[in-house]
Amino acid sequence: MEEILARAKKVAQAAEVYTTSITETPVQFESNRLKNIQSKQSTSVALRVMVNGRIGYATSSRVDDIQDLVDNAVATAAFGAKAEFEFSTRQRFTPVEVYDPAVNKVTLAQMTGLGEKIIAAVNQHSPDVLCEGSVTKMVAELHIANSLGGKAGYKKSVFAMSIDGQRVRGTDMLFVGDGASSCHPVLDPKSIIATITEQLELAKNPAAISSKAMPVIFTPEGVASALVMPLMSAFNGKTVLEGASPIGQKLGEQVFDANLTVNDDPTIPFRPGSQPCDDEGIPCRKHVMIQNGVVNGFLYDLQTAAKAKTKSTGNGNRGGGSLPSPSWHAFVLEGGKASFQSMVKGIKEGLVVEQLMGAGQGNVLGGDFSGNVLLGYKIENGQIVGRVKDTMVSGNIYTMLKNIAAIGSDSKWVGGSLSTPSLYFQNVSVASR
Amino acid sequence: MLDINVVARELAVYLKKQNADYVEAHLEESQTSNLSYRGKNLEQVGKSTSTGGNVRACVKGGWGFVSFNNLDHLKEKVAQAIEQARFVGKETTQLGETPPVVDEVKPKIKEDPASIPLSAKKKLLDEYNETIWETPGIQTSNLGYGDSRKRTVFMNSEGSFISQERADSVMRAVAIAAKDGNVQQSGISVGSRDNYAPMRSLHGQIKELARKSVEMLAAPVLKGGQYTVVLDPVLAGVFVHEAFGHLSESDFVYENPQVRDLMKLGKTFGQPILNIIDSAAVPDLRGSFKYDDEGTLAVKNYLIKDGKLVGRLHSRETAAKMGENPSGNARAINYRYPPIVRMTNTYIEPRDTKFADIIADIKEGVYCKNWYGGTTSMEMFTFSSGETYMIRNGKIAEMVRPVMLSGNVFTTLMSIDAIGNDLDMNQGGGCGKGGQSPLPVSNGSPHIRIQNCLVGGK
Repeated sequence: MEEILARAKKVAQAAEVYTTSITETPVQFESNRLKNIQSKQSTSVALRVMVNGRIGYATSSRVDDIQDLVDNAVATAAFGAKAEFEFSTRQRFTPVEVYDPAVNKVTLAQMTGLGEKIIAAVNQHSPDVLCEGSVTKMVAELHIANSLGGKAGYKKSVFAMSIDGQRVRGTDMLFVGDGASSCHPVLDPKSIIATITEQLELAKNPAAISSKAMPVIFTPEGVASALVMPLMSAFNGKTVLEGASPIGQKLGEQVFDANLTVNDDPTIPFRPGSQPCDDEGIPCRKHVMIQNGVVNGFLYDLQTAAKAKTKSTGNGNRGGGSLPSPSWHAFVLEGGKASFQSMVKGIKEGLVVEQLMGAGQGNVLGGDFSGNVLLGYKIENGQIVGRVKDTMVSGNIYTMLKNIAAIGSDSKWVGGSLSTPSLYFQNVSVASR
Repeated sequence: MLDINVVARELAVYLKKQNADYVEAHLEESQTSNLSYRGKNLEQVGKSTSTGGNVRACVKGGWGFVSFNNLDHLKEKVAQAIEQARFVGKETTQLGETPPVVDEVKPKIKEDPASIPLSAKKKLLDEYNETIWETPGIQTSNLGYGDSRKRTVFMNSEGSFISQERADSVMRAVAIAAKDGNVQQSGISVGSRDNYAPMRSLHGQIKELARKSVEMLAAPVLKGGQYTVVLDPVLAGVFVHEAFGHLSESDFVYENPQVRDLMKLGKTFGQPILNIIDSAAVPDLRGSFKYDDEGTLAVKNYLIKDGKLVGRLHSRETAAKMGENPSGNARAINYRYPPIVRMTNTYIEPRDTKFADIIADIKEGVYCKNWYGGTTSMEMFTFSSGETYMIRNGKIAEMVRPVMLSGNVFTTLMSIDAIGNDLDMNQGGGCGKGGQSPLPVSNGSPHIRIQNCLVGGK
């Protein structure tokens, strides 16, 4: 790293080096049995330079090829975006615990055992379900250093497992599944088994549902697949800066239901979405984005913050090896008081949405969503009576989140860096064939 | 710097000496460049280089896979992959027969995108962006260009040693129009294999999409319901990829008795006019290659002929387990992933019906053009049009807002009752599966007509 910085400083006014080193071991299951074991090792180095006030950028998987990296970064700077910011100087970091050496010590036998246990339990419940999935352990190490003396880095461990089941009868297909992840080893498959067998139980009988506006409960997975994407882009500082966010001008205004509070919280210990600093070396903090329905803040990286004349919130993220861009670390929609059962109980005819397919294809920025119910259940007289198919659910999240009938007490992490409870809405458009 | 060819030759000899049912390795070198604009501002310019490889082994039906950037100590990686495979393997290894091949496939690169200076690429994007912005009513734009140059060497314990090269370029442009809180967008995505030239001639198309996005602001929203729907070649191509292509991938089929029954060869899936093909052997398309990532020679595969299922997409393992021949569809996006069953160039074969005749007897229908997105659960699909018009009394009538089409794959395939004569391949897409995205593929079709298709509206 030092050598790259030294060489870059000769040809650039400022430079920043970012390196990652990742080892990942996924154990994969197919057709109810262990299928393959993988071991993936990867390294990458990214160099960002400022030359004549413009940003240049290059990445490489080769740590031995410093000159090429420097040449590529400088070559792109001739056309790069104007640098509106300065790299960070040395900063104080509040430690966030995200590394547990126990993850790497989990044996292959333990990992395969976990998957096999879940599959056996699912098959015991439903012998005609075929399972696939994976159990993965990962350790990542990340370092950032720049020519202003700024330095940051951390080591993170992640243990994750997910199992999906499919049942095919004629052309009728049912898809169920659940997962869990942590920076600690996850060695207890009980909650995954319970979730999948419950899905199978609820989906046992087919149920026909009316086409009309009706009460709809989105489970944590349902909220994640249908409602979250528009919020994520609306709170992105870049969207706000471009004037494309519907809430960009509404800082301090009551836009959502008074019971809705949403945070970006990368400081929760041992969560895969947590980290002490972002990908530009800026310390991470918990940010309240929606406080009791009031728009409270947006997310920024260095460049976007400078353009918006504000400060980075520590949300510079390099997805897919590209330049940093504002992004959520951990989306946390705070839980409420209603139990799932109590929400279901009060509904005469309604729908539970567990998975919505294709919700991101509409006008996401405007908050519109529309999707096909991949997994969902009908509620009749306060009880779940069976699985609903061939059904579209659509709406606008800004209209819906203004008036939430109940917020569940059943908060759950979905996919590692998103936590949400179930949400209940009084009037959602449902169209069934 | 290590030359991957030199490393490969040594490794190839070593692979043959292993005590495993099967061992293969991929080594890869790539360079990419990309530029993107958000609105009027250049957002990002970057270059990257990557080198790496993997070893995959099979013992008693179990697989081990090791990927790496560092090309040192490869013998240890081989040992690790075999050890993992042995840990998994409890059955028998079955792999379809692929004759060992030694071949150096020379690329037929007409105009190498890597040889075009960044300044020229930027100038082109500037021109396209100006084209969008000079259209009145435009709120903002998104432009992206990326290219990659990739060289791969494949070798296995059966004696295959194949090197292949490819150059890809993709241009994406989106125009976003807004008025009184109403936002509409229109976009294109154009890909090209081994030739930069098509990137240069998009001025007309981009001008048109900017105009369209503004026109959509004033378009009414379609009333949802069942319609006779006509799809243009782009959207019909996405439909055939999403709604049927994924079903024909045998890794979904081979170990599931119910799905095997559902996908039995000879079964009727469509009207006798319906032929669906997947072929990596068509030259110069984004999904084209001579050998797949298991060294199987690419051939033209009929999936549906005269409305009946006649073939499917295989890796060597799925082929052997179903008693069929490898089809050359084992592909990986890069060395970090093992090859899995994927599509290549997938299309509906043209018939002889003219477009005017397809719409001639539709009293009220919907004409959907261009695509915005699409996904499938195998049984159900949803996809979105980029541009939509009413068909009234056999003629294309007024524009309506883009729509989402959704339905059951099997009934919808049966409902295709007219296929045009105007096949066109869409090269701008990338396919995602099993965490591997985007894989270069192309898909296409002539205009097609679908009866009783569920169209989402308000």
